[in-house]
Amino acid sequence: MFHREAGVFKTSYAADMALYPLPIARWAVAVLAAIFIVIVPLTSGDYLLSIVNLSLIAIVGALGLNILVGYTGQISIGAGAFMSVGAYTAANLITHLNAPFWIALPAGGLMAAVIGTLVGIPSLRIKGIYLAIATLAAQLIIEWTINHVQWISGGVQASIPVPRPSVFGTKLVSERQIYGFLIFFVVLALVATLNLVRSRVGRAFIAIRDQDIAAEIIGINIFKYKLYAFAISSFFAGVTGVLESYYLGIANYEQFQIDVSIDYLAMVIIGGLGSVLGSVFGAIFVTLLPIASRWFLESFGGVLFPGADLLNVIPNLRLVIFGGLIIFFLVVEPEGLNRLWRNIRNYFRVWPFSY
Amino acid sequence: MKKLSKLALILGAVAAYAGSALAQDKELLIGVQCDRTGPTQIVGTVLCPAMQDYFKLVNSKGGIDGWMIKGDEIDNSYKVPEAIEAYERQKQMGALLMTFYGTPQTVALNARLEQDHMPTTSPGFGISAAADGARFPYLFPIAATYWSQAAGAVQFAKDQLGGNLKDKKIAYVYYDNPAGKEAMPILEALQKQEGYDLRTFAVPPPGVEAGAQIIDITQRYHPDFVIMHLFGRSPSVLIKGLKGAGFPLKKVIGLVWASAEADIQAAGGWSVAEGYNTLQFAGAGDDYPVRQEIKAMYKKDGKDPPKEMDDTVVYNRGLLQAAVQIEALKNALKLSGGQKPTSEQVKQGMEQIHDFTLGGIVPPLQITATDHEGGGFVKVFGVKGGKFVQETDWIHPYRDVVENAVKTAE
Repeated sequence: MFHREAGVFKTSYAADMALYPLPIARWAVAVLAAIFIVIVPLTSGDYLLSIVNLSLIAIVGALGLNILVGYTGQISIGAGAFMSVGAYTAANLITHLNAPFWIALPAGGLMAAVIGTLVGIPSLRIKGIYLAIATLAAQLIIEWTINHVQWISGGVQASIPVPRPSVFGTKLVSERQIYGFLIFFVVLALVATLNLVRSRVGRAFIAIRDQDIAAEIIGINIFKYKLYAFAISSFFAGVTGVLESYYLGIANYEQFQIDVSIDYLAMVIIGGLGSVLGSVFGAIFVTLLPIASRWFLESFGGVLFPGADLLNVIPNLRLVIFGGLIIFFLVVEPEGLNRLWRNIRNYFRVWPFSY
Repeated sequence: MKKLSKLALILGAVAAYAGSALAQDKELLIGVQCDRTGPTQIVGTVLCPAMQDYFKLVNSKGGIDGWMIKGDEIDNSYKVPEAIEAYERQKQMGALLMTFYGTPQTVALNARLEQDHMPTTSPGFGISAAADGARFPYLFPIAATYWSQAAGAVQFAKDQLGGNLKDKKIAYVYYDNPAGKEAMPILEALQKQEGYDLRTFAVPPPGVEAGAQIIDITQRYHPDFVIMHLFGRSPSVLIKGLKGAGFPLKKVIGLVWASAEADIQAAGGWSVAEGYNTLQFAGAGDDYPVRQEIKAMYKKDGKDPPKEMDDTVVYNRGLLQAAVQIEALKNALKLSGGQKPTSEQVKQGMEQIHDFTLGGIVPPLQITATDHEGGGFVKVFGVKGGKFVQETDWIHPYRDVVENAVKTAE
């Protein structure tokens, strides 16, 4: 009833190529944009904004990983390492050359893309779980390198302070200011990914994922496009690393260890492989679930457990809930949260009729 | 309808419960981060209950001039994003003082402290340079940093080896991560001064396999003394391994994270570890009045003292941290004249702490506006006859070397 596709006539090439051809979709995007650009920063306090900011950083990383894992079908457990490459590149540029953010951010991304491409080279010969192990090796090698090469890590502590970025001469100090900074790059990443996956390159990625031999037969240079996928994905990861360093004020390799890579893989799988919206859902879900489950336990756990035990029960039960909910959502919908959303949408597409 | 009324009943009960948990008026909030579930839970599961016990003890005596203490604890699972969320939440709740847990978390949150004027204690975590109160005005290590610990270990080795380290061989076994490497600058600086030979042996994470390092140390290098800076499972692996290779444990000293009861037990028990030396920044053992008071408090409620108390090393560290925080709040209340202090006043209160020993658990701290480490005191306890026995008094040797390193740190 609301989601009508009938009566939408495309009379120009531009209209045909539009990202959102339906009026309702355009309205929805406009409303969402208004909420996130006007209402959220004006109404939320520091605490809420800090959660939103963490989610925003995760969204960029999940988008990048989804390009590689979801769209191209190359499993990677090295996302964290590529983030650290970006973070340390930017941190060194900022401390030694005083680079502004518009140099440090792309430079961090590009350096990560270079390293990511190198790591991607074996992907021509090895596939699936074997490739995952190769990327795992990359994660460990990069971690080790940063830990031991002092001109990268900036000293024994392997952490480099990164001052907050300045935009038009204003240093972004408060949560609200950094929110504006982050949301800009999230929108950029979203638009870039949405357009990438419907471009020639993106379709080549999907072809490789679905059947690489068939893709090769129809003339797609598999090696080239696999490396593209690694490069683009690592670029996103590198940018995520830089954003996180800016947000935290420090580049520290312990923030990008293997558990972070696995967290990002979880985001992509829970959100939905091969979907942009799914990456967003997954990033928000994995960031918020621990917070929400703790909030829930703190509010209601006292009914079940006596006070002294509660402090010990909450963190442990939280892990159980976290794992349980992930299993629950994957059982209910193996294709991820994005599929759940699409089921809901498809229902309302024909509502009030059943089909 | 039935379902609805049931729902209403549950919601009503929940609302009543939530209402009862509302905050008291005269309450001072301390934000505590902890790790009871992550990779360092072996420490967190003991340290954090100790802090809560101390707060409870203070409250059972009527608080500080009627002000009750609340230690709001959030588990960060040793993860950085969760630490940030926890910090922002406790800040919003009105915490006057924070407790950080974990080195990456402390490093990541450090930039926020200055912005929010939030005094924070982080004993055993974070970087050694944070001892410099002029550069890190709101971060209080309050206990010996790795640099002070390294100096203490070298002094102990010197005393054990007859007062002269010239041409003696010292092996430094460390966990191969930034924290593990942190003591090196001091060991190298002291090498120049004392003229010993230093060789380093890295144990890669997770540190459960160190056979090659043990052979290297005992068969090739033949050191006169071994300094161990390890975490988690690895201290016990080294203790067992060195013992097995016939190396005298009397010539081995572990820095603070290699020196808890759990490490001794994991190595095979007290008889295996006999002679092993541990460096401590809080007193080990049970013979302190405050521990008896806590036991009495539990007894009054008709309960047994918690089992966490058996791990005296880590438990006492929790007491140290909580007690120093309470002292800071006491000083802050003096500054504010009995009103609720600001976090800025708590910071000043922290910098006024001196000669507060809590019956021997806390070293004679001298926290000043420039020295947030409080002097960098350590004490050596040896494993003797099934318990920790004091080997030295509180010492802080080579202070000039450590202070110089703090001053010139990048």
